[in-house]
Amino acid sequence: MTTKIVLTSEDIRRTLGRMSHEIIEHNRDLANLVMVGMRTRGVPIAHRLAENIKRYEGTAIPVGVLDFSLYRDDLASRNIQPVVKSTSIPVSIDGKVVILVDDVLYTGRSARSAMDALIDMGRPSSIKLAVMIDRGHRELPIRADYVGKNIPSSRNEDVRVQLIETDGVDEVSIYNPGGAQGE
Amino acid sequence: MSNMEKERSELLTEESEQINWTKKHLLDIDDFSKAEFDLVLKTASAMKEILSRPIKKVPALRGKTIATLFYEPSTRTRGSFELAAKNLSADVINLTPASSSIVKGESLIDTLHTLQAMGVNAVVIRHSMAGAPYLAAKHARASIINAGDGWHAHPTQALLDMYTVYEQKKRLKDLKVVILGDSRHSRVARSNILGFTGVGAKVTLCGPLTLLPPSINYKYHPYPGIEIEPDIQKALNGADVVMVLRLQKERQHSGLMPDIREYKNHYQLNRQRFALAKPDAMLMHPGPVNENVEIEPELIRCPASVIDRQVANGIAVRMALLYLVIGGKNDEI
Amino acid sequence: MMKSKLILKDGLIIDPARSIEVRGDVVIEGGKIIDSGPGAAASHSENADVVELNGMIITPGFIDMHCHLREPGFEDKETIKTGSLAAAAGGFTTICAMPNTQPPADSASTLSFIAQTSTRDSLVRVLPIGCVTAGRAGRELAPMIELAGAGAVGFSDDGSPVGDAWIMLRALEYSKPLGLPIINHCEDLSLVANGQMNEGKISTLLGIPGNPSISEEVMIARDTILAEYTGAWVHIAHISTAGGVEIVRQAKRRGVRVTAEATPHHLCLTEYAVMDYDSMARVNPPLRTQADIEALIEGLNDGTIDIIATDHAPHTADDKAQEFGLALPGISGFETALAVLLSLVHAGKIKMADLLYKMSAGPAAMLSSTGLKLGTLEKRAVADIAIIDPDHEWTVDSSVFLSKGKNSPFHGTRLKGKVKATIAGGKFVFNEIGKN
Repeated sequence: MTTKIVLTSEDIRRTLGRMSHEIIEHNRDLANLVMVGMRTRGVPIAHRLAENIKRYEGTAIPVGVLDFSLYRDDLASRNIQPVVKSTSIPVSIDGKVVILVDDVLYTGRSARSAMDALIDMGRPSSIKLAVMIDRGHRELPIRADYVGKNIPSSRNEDVRVQLIETDGVDEVSIYNPGGAQGE
Repeated sequence: MSNMEKERSELLTEESEQINWTKKHLLDIDDFSKAEFDLVLKTASAMKEILSRPIKKVPALRGKTIATLFYEPSTRTRGSFELAAKNLSADVINLTPASSSIVKGESLIDTLHTLQAMGVNAVVIRHSMAGAPYLAAKHARASIINAGDGWHAHPTQALLDMYTVYEQKKRLKDLKVVILGDSRHSRVARSNILGFTGVGAKVTLCGPLTLLPPSINYKYHPYPGIEIEPDIQKALNGADVVMVLRLQKERQHSGLMPDIREYKNHYQLNRQRFALAKPDAMLMHPGPVNENVEIEPELIRCPASVIDRQVANGIAVRMALLYLVIGGKNDEI
Repeated sequence: MMKSKLILKDGLIIDPARSIEVRGDVVIEGGKIIDSGPGAAASHSENADVVELNGMIITPGFIDMHCHLREPGFEDKETIKTGSLAAAAGGFTTICAMPNTQPPADSASTLSFIAQTSTRDSLVRVLPIGCVTAGRAGRELAPMIELAGAGAVGFSDDGSPVGDAWIMLRALEYSKPLGLPIINHCEDLSLVANGQMNEGKISTLLGIPGNPSISEEVMIARDTILAEYTGAWVHIAHISTAGGVEIVRQAKRRGVRVTAEATPHHLCLTEYAVMDYDSMARVNPPLRTQADIEALIEGLNDGTIDIIATDHAPHTADDKAQEFGLALPGISGFETALAVLLSLVHAGKIKMADLLYKMSAGPAAMLSSTGLKLGTLEKRAVADIAIIDPDHEWTVDSSVFLSKGKNSPFHGTRLKGKVKATIAGGKFVFNEIGKN
């Protein structure tokens, strides 16, 4: 079993800064953006991106929280039932550009579930996906619009994102359990 | 950051211990831990947000079938369960055995075998006999959800009442909850006693002694910590929550009380009496209300009344429970 | 060729009627006991079958004053044949059948049907109890003189109380010259209301309508007063409450002609057996509290309670596999009675000989009208015998009951002590000696 740190707290700060700039660059009308963080760690990342944008451009972008558990396609097969937490998006998403934010993009199934959830809540003009880490191994035709870092990984590795808000430290690491058991 | 802190303050339990739901059936809340109450209330809160959406439907229970099996008439509870199931994309079948079939003919056990053969995942049972859901749970592979059994329990009602209080007061511990009326024949009262005392609230039962659970009057006291106060003025004094129970009109010929007139004079909740409760007290009623019997009509839609909110919250709480009970890994049916 | 004598060798002879407790032998010939005591076998060894008992208890066969054989009318629950098989397996050699059959035993013709069927089908002695009121309806007296002439050993509307005080008073007066007891099921139905279990903490928690102890106490008080007034004999069936025991005790002190019985289940189970809505523990009167059990045991020990009776009440599986409130009350009790009661002996709450007395000599005293010498091992007594291994441990499996009624709250319970053989009229009617 091995653990390798791939992003330090300084790396994370810089990566999120770059992603914020990319979002600004590609979205002229910042006032039409809504940032939606996917629970759990997509939420603090969404807040940080919004704070960056506020700092760089002076525009406050509303940030929502999305729990997509009830949209998962594996509810009937998971051994551990996800705890459903509340979803709260402070503004209507009708006609808005929604930036969906998550920490890691892997199979794409979470993003699929989250998009289904969003569409049930309104009709955004478009949905874009921002992820801090893309580790590959997609099972659905989904790609991210904004990627912090591509980290090629094997399936039996675990990419672990830790953030101050949830875990007390900013760090991304690859954890290899040394066997076949992934998470 | 602030969001996370807010979430923690919402917890009912001291520690934010994450627990997983382990109950196959929902028969009673007598064995609920604080953490389990907490999980139900939190999940209900998530479900309530869904009810505020234009499309009040999520796919969580797609492909699952829920049967409602009501041996007693009930429009509210059954409708609430049905809507909850449909909001979660489950398929619902409603069975209403003729009331005579309780006494003769197709037994509860036979009916469950039939439902089993149909492949239902959960059976929501309402029955006039205490313990019927326990009998069902012994004979069914599906999950059994108790929607009210005799005088025994109405767990989903208690959970929705707790959720409604919690939503407004942001706490349950140490609140003074007065249950007013005929608690002797009330499963709602029994379940609320267990629920509210289970999370540290203080429960007072008020009513004529003939309408309180019989053993309370005499030598045995099955509910440690609850207060019995036959004097309505003393009972209501300082109440945070006043829960008024329905008075079945047939009680007045049962020998347990003289008549409705006497009851109204001494136990009806009216404005003057309700004023004895705290200024921010909540007024609750499990419905259906017997207007101008147990409660003065003017109070039903007064600002303190949350009777309609109880109905709305009932759907959210039942969604939460259905999700918790059958939303996880598929059992062999 | 069949030998003429049967010798039970080297057992612990307990004959509570004569306060005898001695290691020895019992010799049987012609359906009677011809000798017993230490070394009794020695002088009878020729032409005898010998059964070695190695210290097992030899005691008079049990007499049950209260059971339901269901025939005629409810043969799907039990027949006289299956009931007698179960009784024999429980060590019973005389059983008194309650008259709540269909038709009820309120006529000589029904009694004679029971007598004929018993002669044909039964391994043990069946004595009928006749109705107190016609059709058990509680309104008019049954023809008690006719019933006594047809062999009734007492009168009861059991299953239902004689609710009307005036009828009870007349029944006591009318039956007094017959010297037979009116056996009343003491529950004031207006106080029972819809009660299905003991009213108390558990009934409140379970939401099951309660049957308060006062429903029994009120009627026991009434009946002792009526017995005192008439000087007639009232027997209190299945007493279950501490208050009831005290009322009987006071009445006996005043010289009232009252006797009382308690059942194994009321002596050994509390209302907690109903937790989980177990319909097997639904019974009338209901299972009460530990305090009531202590009072019943005290009543047994001080003589307030004269006998133990099973109230064997077999039911079909369907009768019980229902919602608690719909399930029929009753416990199939023959085959567990002794073993259940031995738990009281093992716990030191009652002496072995006293327990056996309440199951043999005690009830025999109530059956003096039969003219039979029952409930003792003395010379020339009927050779009705139970052989007991008090240390045999076993687990109750109601599915193998000989009774049609598998309705037992003791199913799955580990018990210590078992009837190993039963001899009725000198013949083995049940024998598990040598079997584990």
